[in-house]
Amino acid sequence: MAAYILRRLMQAVIVMLAVGFIAFGMFNFVGDPVTNFIGQDATPEDHERMRAALGLDQPFYVQYARFAANAAQGEFGTSYRLGMKVSAVLAERLPATLELVFAAAAISILVGVPLGVYTGIHRYGLLSRAFLTFSLVGISLPTFLIGILLILVFSVILGWLPSFGRGQVVPVGWWSTGYLTQSGLRSLILPAITLGLFQTTLIMRLVRAEMLEVLRTDYIKFARARGLTERAINFGHALKNTMVPVITIMGLQIGGLIAFAIITETVFQWPGMGLLFLQAIQYADVPVMSCYLILVAMMFVLINLAVDLLYYAVDPRLRADRGAVRGRQV
Amino acid sequence: MSAMDHPTVILPRETRPRANQPLLQVENLVVEFPTRRGVLRAIDDVSFHIDPGEVLGVVGESGAGKSLTGASIIGLLEPPGRIAGGRIFLDGSRIDDLPPEKLRRIRGKQIGAIFQDPLTSLNPLYSVGRQLVETITTHLDMNQAEARRRAIDLLAEVGIPAPERRIDHYPHQFSGGMRQRVVIALALCANPRLIIADEPTTALDVSIQAQIIALLKRLCRDHGTAVMLITHDMGVIAETADRVAVMYAGRIAEVGPVRQVIKHALHPYTVGLMGSIPSVGVDRARLAQIDGAMPRLNAIPEGCAFNPRCPKVFDRCRVERPDLIPQGPTAVSCWLYDRKEARRG
Ligand SMILES: Nc1ncnc2c1ncn2[C@@H]1O[C@H](COP(=O)(O)OP(=O)(O)OP(=O)(O)O)[C@@H](O)[C@H]1O
Ligand code: SF4
Ligand SMILES: [Mg+2]
Repeated sequence: MAAYILRRLMQAVIVMLAVGFIAFGMFNFVGDPVTNFIGQDATPEDHERMRAALGLDQPFYVQYARFAANAAQGEFGTSYRLGMKVSAVLAERLPATLELVFAAAAISILVGVPLGVYTGIHRYGLLSRAFLTFSLVGISLPTFLIGILLILVFSVILGWLPSFGRGQVVPVGWWSTGYLTQSGLRSLILPAITLGLFQTTLIMRLVRAEMLEVLRTDYIKFARARGLTERAINFGHALKNTMVPVITIMGLQIGGLIAFAIITETVFQWPGMGLLFLQAIQYADVPVMSCYLILVAMMFVLINLAVDLLYYAVDPRLRADRGAVRGRQV
Repeated sequence: MSAMDHPTVILPRETRPRANQPLLQVENLVVEFPTRRGVLRAIDDVSFHIDPGEVLGVVGESGAGKSLTGASIIGLLEPPGRIAGGRIFLDGSRIDDLPPEKLRRIRGKQIGAIFQDPLTSLNPLYSVGRQLVETITTHLDMNQAEARRRAIDLLAEVGIPAPERRIDHYPHQFSGGMRQRVVIALALCANPRLIIADEPTTALDVSIQAQIIALLKRLCRDHGTAVMLITHDMGVIAETADRVAVMYAGRIAEVGPVRQVIKHALHPYTVGLMGSIPSVGVDRARLAQIDGAMPRLNAIPEGCAFNPRCPKVFDRCRVERPDLIPQGPTAVSCWLYDRKEARRG
């Protein structure tokens, strides 16, 4: 177990170093950082002095090492556009994005898995066909269109839900949450559905396909022959086996949600990191961009790590190195 | 007691008198698959019985309908396959038309099943103990602790060493032979009256096959469990079965006591089948000495299904279909044994 986690952690560190390298590269390729600081009309001497002050005259690997060391401590410098520390800017936006992503992930799992199981078990049912047809819509419509349609129906025509912003938020420590106020929750509904719809349909179709696959296996036939109840077979035996591959995809999907959030946040003017990132691109605000990149990569890595651990908990075959040696005998 | 004494007794289900009746009675079973190009008849008018505690061997070429017959009995035909005719009785009461929930209670409790592949019959994500316990508590009125006790006893009974420890192991921690032993333990959980074993050793190492068959035989003798043993191996049948049914193209060609059928096969197909066994114990004996192959379901010939391959075929075989004709302890579906033909010949 410890070796397994250690191996995973090593991989995570390597991935982060690689992403950090790209983020670091951005400083050198997107605009001239010195010019960004002192403006176009500075003298060449000023320019040189600034280069030295920023450490840009030092060898490449020294610069990268310093960047990595700073990044590891959450230090990304100052936003060109906002004039604030990047870490502070992102920390302010992080809760908004994570709460949105969490809500969308919860929707996609809580709706997608049961629908997938249902359509897998009742393969030829009328309702199953309806769900499947409906899911095609979710898969084929682009996110921004879904967002705009939802705004049109529920905000403009019906006037039930707000069309933009995060509503009222309350601070919990350094975190600011919208989960605790009514306007915060109401504001969350449309963006969370918009962001989660694609994943919901994806998870549903995935669970359904896996379910059909598993229900054909010999151990399900044998479970039937043992006279187990339909319930025990479908939910005890089939669903758990279905989850093994589905967990991996779900992990990747949640990572995808963080990335997709950029579009949803833009449509709903949701004050999250995605919106910030988009604005940062417009202003070539490299510190913010690179920090966002690293943060998102880190979340991907953490989610993958969690998925691996979950895998380990679900599938006894992965735990083989502990018991099998002792257990394997004819 | 005449029928007049109870004129108003209405039996809730079709039942048969209890006196020395067979444990399982299959009558005129027909299994069909509706397809786009018409209905395929995979089992055509099959009748046989199994007595309590008896081992009935079922042999026949691949595709003869052995597995479908077994699946029909436990109500696990896979759609679109369906029982299109006939009746199945267990202990005198009809089971083929039971609602699914009632049939489920019979599966595992009255009729256990063992399938071919021990490697894939167990759910890889649950310990064997969990799978045993859930089967036991499904059918018997036991709490978890009692069920676990019974599970350990069962594992010991099927010859798994250190069952107290092994019960918490997962299927991948067992060898193929050991897994098949676990599968047998699972089939025995509720002490069923009948076990349908569909090629229980085919997937195993040859050296282990004999052990598993011996184990199955011993356990069923000890528990008085009847067995429907489906196999390709005439050697296994010869050693294990009391009677044997030979299937061909969805029909029974011949059924009778094992010694009788092996020594004095009556049906030309059985004669060929026996002739193709070089020696007892050789697996997957095929019809080496009979030319041709079993017909496909959509091309079963008129009359006797065996007629294109039969060395003794005559005119009547091509038009009229023979039913099982009793010949002493054996019954054989071949016109050669019809009294009319005997008189004529
Ligand atoms: N789903 C299906 N659709 C159409 N025909 C089927 C289907 N399932 C089985 N059959 C046919 O039914 C016949 C009997 O099949 P069955 O599995 O009972 O044979 P078997 O005697 O058990 O053969 P084997 O020795 O290979 O296991 C075969 O000809 C097979 O092609
Ligand atoms: S009925 Fe005719 S064709 Fe069929 S087995 Fe007997 S002799 Fe051969
Ligand atoms: Mg078969």
